[in-house]
Amino acid sequence: MDAVYQALVKIVGEDYASNRPEELFTYSKDLGTSEPKFPDYVAAPKTAEEVQKIILLANKKKVPVVPLGGGMSLAGLALPLQGGIALDLKRMDQIIELNEKARYVVVEAGISNGKLTAYLHKHYPHLMHSEPGAPPAATIGGNIAIHGQGDMAHPYGFNSDMVNGMEVVLPTGEICKFGSCSIGSGWYTLHPLPDIGLFLGWNGSTGIITKISLRLFPCKKIREMDLFVVEDEGLIPDLLYELTHVGMAEDLIAFTSAIPPFMDGVHHISMNITGDTEEEMEFKRHLLLDGKLARYIQDGTGGIGAVSQDIQRPQISKSADWKKGGGFEYVGSIMPVTAYPECYRRGAEISTRHNIPYTVLGRVIGSAHAMMFSWSYAFNRADPETVRHAREALHETDSLVLELGGTIWKPAVFGQKLMMDRMDSNTLQMMKKVKNLLDPNGIMNPGNWEVNE
Amino acid sequence: MFQLKFDETKCFACETNDCLTKCQYLKIDPDTAKIEIKKIINKKDSFVLHECVTCYACEEYCPTGNHPFYLIVQRQEELNILPLPDPLIKRGIRIGIPFRGEPDIQEIKGPALNLGVFSSLATLTRGKLFEGLTLMSADSRKMFHYFCQLMYLHFGRISVINERLEKIIETIAAHKVKEVVHFHDECYGTYTSYAPAFGFAVPFKSIHLFEYLYNRLKELKSEIKPLNFKVAYQRPCSSRLSSDKYQFVDKIFDLIGAEHVKREYVGENALCCGGTILGQKKKGSRQFSLDLQKKNIDDMQRAGAQICVFNCPACMQTIGKPVAKKGMMPVFMSDLCRLAIGEKTS
Ligand SMILES: Cc1cc2nc3c(=O)[nH]c(=O)nc-3n(C[C@H](O)[C@H](O)[C@H](O)COP(=O)(O)OP(=O)(O)OC[C@H]3O[C@@H](n4cnc5c(N)ncnc54)[C@H](O)[C@@H]3O)c2cc1C
Ligand code: SF4
Ligand code: SF4
Repeated sequence: MDAVYQALVKIVGEDYASNRPEELFTYSKDLGTSEPKFPDYVAAPKTAEEVQKIILLANKKKVPVVPLGGGMSLAGLALPLQGGIALDLKRMDQIIELNEKARYVVVEAGISNGKLTAYLHKHYPHLMHSEPGAPPAATIGGNIAIHGQGDMAHPYGFNSDMVNGMEVVLPTGEICKFGSCSIGSGWYTLHPLPDIGLFLGWNGSTGIITKISLRLFPCKKIREMDLFVVEDEGLIPDLLYELTHVGMAEDLIAFTSAIPPFMDGVHHISMNITGDTEEEMEFKRHLLLDGKLARYIQDGTGGIGAVSQDIQRPQISKSADWKKGGGFEYVGSIMPVTAYPECYRRGAEISTRHNIPYTVLGRVIGSAHAMMFSWSYAFNRADPETVRHAREALHETDSLVLELGGTIWKPAVFGQKLMMDRMDSNTLQMMKKVKNLLDPNGIMNPGNWEVNE
Repeated sequence: MFQLKFDETKCFACETNDCLTKCQYLKIDPDTAKIEIKKIINKKDSFVLHECVTCYACEEYCPTGNHPFYLIVQRQEELNILPLPDPLIKRGIRIGIPFRGEPDIQEIKGPALNLGVFSSLATLTRGKLFEGLTLMSADSRKMFHYFCQLMYLHFGRISVINERLEKIIETIAAHKVKEVVHFHDECYGTYTSYAPAFGFAVPFKSIHLFEYLYNRLKELKSEIKPLNFKVAYQRPCSSRLSSDKYQFVDKIFDLIGAEHVKREYVGENALCCGGTILGQKKKGSRQFSLDLQKKNIDDMQRAGAQICVFNCPACMQTIGKPVAKKGMMPVFMSDLCRLAIGEKTS
């Protein structure tokens, strides 16, 4: 019998370890265009101590470990590129502590966004976290490991900026805490201790996050979405500048797509407006719609697109449906807001070249400090030709991001290499030192942020 | 190709100019009305073209059956005086483009039920009231093939309606239907008012939903249990194109034991839901739309309504929630009728 498998069974129990081909098959794919990559083992630990034991085992046996949350990051980031153990963290899904007055929650990293949202909705309806637009199975750990952003990105920034503290199992097996929790205080702040958090944005290649303290925010009772519509994409940066000056929306997203036809070439800005009373709602709407947007309405260049709708959380992409076969993957980027017009035009060109209906959006981060701009490419899973086109379009878009002065967000390996090729050599050296110091045996999600190649 | 049959001589001989003097949104005295209608007829700029909120009501006000509203919209287009901002017009025009395959044409024996573009309302058409009617299409991917296009009257775009309507009529006729019950006032108005006004041939007979429901309820009279609710009715703009059918609102309410509350903004004086006004270009339109909604809803509440009855999904979407917040339940007319015969509603 396989010794690694036996050891895994000993750590997590028979029900939660596997080397059976049918289960390995399930873990060999993600939802995007990536080629399947088979792990050799799957293990689903329940505690940080079990994670620790698995890491120690992996070091001993020099077997890669690839953390997996909901597996929704699409770009092959949680696929075992070099085999090894797929470490499924979804059983680590407990809510450990919620401090209402200090507005934070401590969770195990494998908790899904859906579970946290449902819990807050039921027990603390006046609190919310910044939920990404991903399917509800996406985990909190997976999201901050890739610097995700949610529906409170405009007022509060990246989700990884909302972390108050973390517990991490290091690649060498130590369980380490960061933030106020590391000195035995509550989990209410990551600052002002020296900054040694080297885990966000690393796709799990520097350690496995096992606990997170996440900031919560006031959840207003009335939650509605308004739409503003313009034809000229050149107006979007100005509009976002004006809207973020007012600062009355919770989420601001500019988007357009080739399908349905009414969206084509028409740019929509969705504004999530929330309040505890009708008066608060109207106060905010008045400032936004009758104030900053009035001149666009009167000169006929912009219009209120619809009667306010209740906000749907999460707002999941429907573009997977554009092509028969239900596949889609997107390139995300962190871009200056001023790049919106060019991002849209050049993206539509790439889509046309690959015969894919374009779908693009830009979500405002902070006071228009940046936006997460994404280009989605639909494909038919059963048709290799459309998969090839989507893959090529994704690669072309990675290059476009850099050409337009952006940074690729949650890049697949191809995009990671593009960025490392351009990276300042001292920065790259620093990344190498960090990686080699933390993960001397190179077992953590190898292939991702592979600085040693 | 399709030309509005508008009889100018009727206007020149008109003593009341009701079309403009009765307008609830433009305060126009009879002398001004005379001048402005002439300007409109003569393709001259008129403040009416700029200020019209496109409520359709003048179609009902005109005592001679002339078509003042269609004329206003035609002039708005000709003189490029458009009520909505350009992107809303561009988007709106494209909304009606079918993009998910061809319609599934099956021959329909007996009367058909046409949902127009609102395939999502199919859930409302269940139960005994609708037995014997064949749903023409409830496929949301195909709904634009049945879209009557009349919405473009709000967009200053007669040309779009005239370009597309023949094809829509052909699609409905391809089902070989003789009688069509239209769920929405807008469709009924298209085939019984707009089409003849512009010279479109309609090879099927149109039946208004309320007339159909009334007759069907009479057949099921023994099953009706009086509802004993006080109700207000939100009249949709397109019902102005079929004011002869408005009588069925009260007839239905009487039959099902609902008390139609006495209020100011009812019948000819009904107020627009404000949905289209919200997006209009004219300064202050959004606030005007909100004030209008408040006036309307307060009036329902003052009159003691417990239920606000809708037939138009757009009205429901616009003021359904505000109505509910004031403690009145928003209910579609068809659902109210189903409740009266003891059926559970959607
Ligand atoms: C339709 C759709 C819409 C989306 N919209 C958004 C959006 O609005 N905002 C957004 O941010 N994202 C979005 N995403 C992307 C992605 O789904 C989310 O970011 C999601 O939260 C990722 O979490 P996950 O659990 O699925 O991560 P996974 O895909 O499982 O993992 C992501 C990466 O993190 C690593 N990892 C996972 N868990 C841990 C851990 N505990 N410790 C260390 N490393 C770990 C994995 O190895 C992998 O490299 C969207 C995706 C889809 C399909
Ligand atoms: S449209 Fe009718 S009401 Fe108006 S002036 Fe002409 S005839 Fe009179
Ligand atoms: S459509 Fe309505 S607002 Fe416009 S002129 Fe006629 S009655 Fe007045």
